[in-house]
Amino acid sequence: MQLFWHFLLLGCVAVGGVSTVMPDMYRYVVDENAMVSARQFSDLYALAQAAPGPNALWVTLLGLQAQGWLGALATTLGILVPATAFSLLASTLHARHADAPLALAVRRGLAPVALGFMLASGWLLLRSIGHDWRGYLIALVALVLAMGTRLNPLWLLAAGAAAGMAGLI
Amino acid sequence: MSEAQKSAREIFLTFTRIGASGFGGVNFWIRRVLVQEKRWITDREYLEGLALGQILPGPNVYNLTVMLGYRFGGVRGALAAAGGLLGAPLAMLLVLGVLYQHYSALPVLQRALAGMIAVAAGLLLANALSLAAALPRRVRPWGFLVLAFAGVGVMRWPLLYVMGVLAPFAMASVWRR
Repeated sequence: MQLFWHFLLLGCVAVGGVSTVMPDMYRYVVDENAMVSARQFSDLYALAQAAPGPNALWVTLLGLQAQGWLGALATTLGILVPATAFSLLASTLHARHADAPLALAVRRGLAPVALGFMLASGWLLLRSIGHDWRGYLIALVALVLAMGTRLNPLWLLAAGAAAGMAGLI
Repeated sequence: MSEAQKSAREIFLTFTRIGASGFGGVNFWIRRVLVQEKRWITDREYLEGLALGQILPGPNVYNLTVMLGYRFGGVRGALAAAGGLLGAPLAMLLVLGVLYQHYSALPVLQRALAGMIAVAAGLLLANALSLAAALPRRVRPWGFLVLAFAGVGVMRWPLLYVMGVLAPFAMASVWRR
């Protein structure tokens, strides 16, 4: 139940997507409650990127690892309930246009904060495979390819897995 | 655009297809199926919905899905769309999760996952950087970005506190009547 409430709170502030609140999920399940290890946390995130559907569903894997099936239900609903409620609210208010003053303030004002959180999430993932220059190098190559080409990220993940298996990291 | 209501079944099946095809990004498939194939919405409506989805808390594509489902079929339509989008991916993720619990100790899998983590980190950072490139070249937005990163990433303070302190100032700094 604790897990559910924490994720529900995070779900309410996850403006810009679930990867913005990832550092706090880490703080809660790894640092404070030791439900999963740092490495497991990142493993599950990476694994979920290779599955179809919204990337945010990796919280389901995290919940499953932390507390079994009930944990999976807690983390998934924690994120989805606020998202559903706010989306329905926006729909019923006929808020078709994202240029009302409050909407603009949220979008423009919170964007830098959300991006700072996202960068912290990326940093956290890198940290979990140890401070290894080969890990940084693979991440850098992936970053450049993702920004410079239109390759499906799935190929990059597969290449990363192959590089790992070949002992490059 | 067609404002005709769709049946919950039709909405569910359409979003099931989108969810199951969404390897490496659902956005692409939403646009392809709903705008290009079925013509349920126009490209402009898609982009407006996406912009709105981005300011609501939660996964952007999920928010867009709920809003579109609501538009096509009310609350029933919204739930049908959400269920369709998530059903197949959730089933697959749970299988992956159980497999992980059984086999994650294998050294070869550990190494493969280490490579995938590095790539996933690169992808996440690439996404953040390309969004950051669109920020105005002024001191304030970048100041908020650095403070948010430092508070949560370096100091490891609880995100809710960092957000609670930064959000009012960040929103006030761009407020216009």
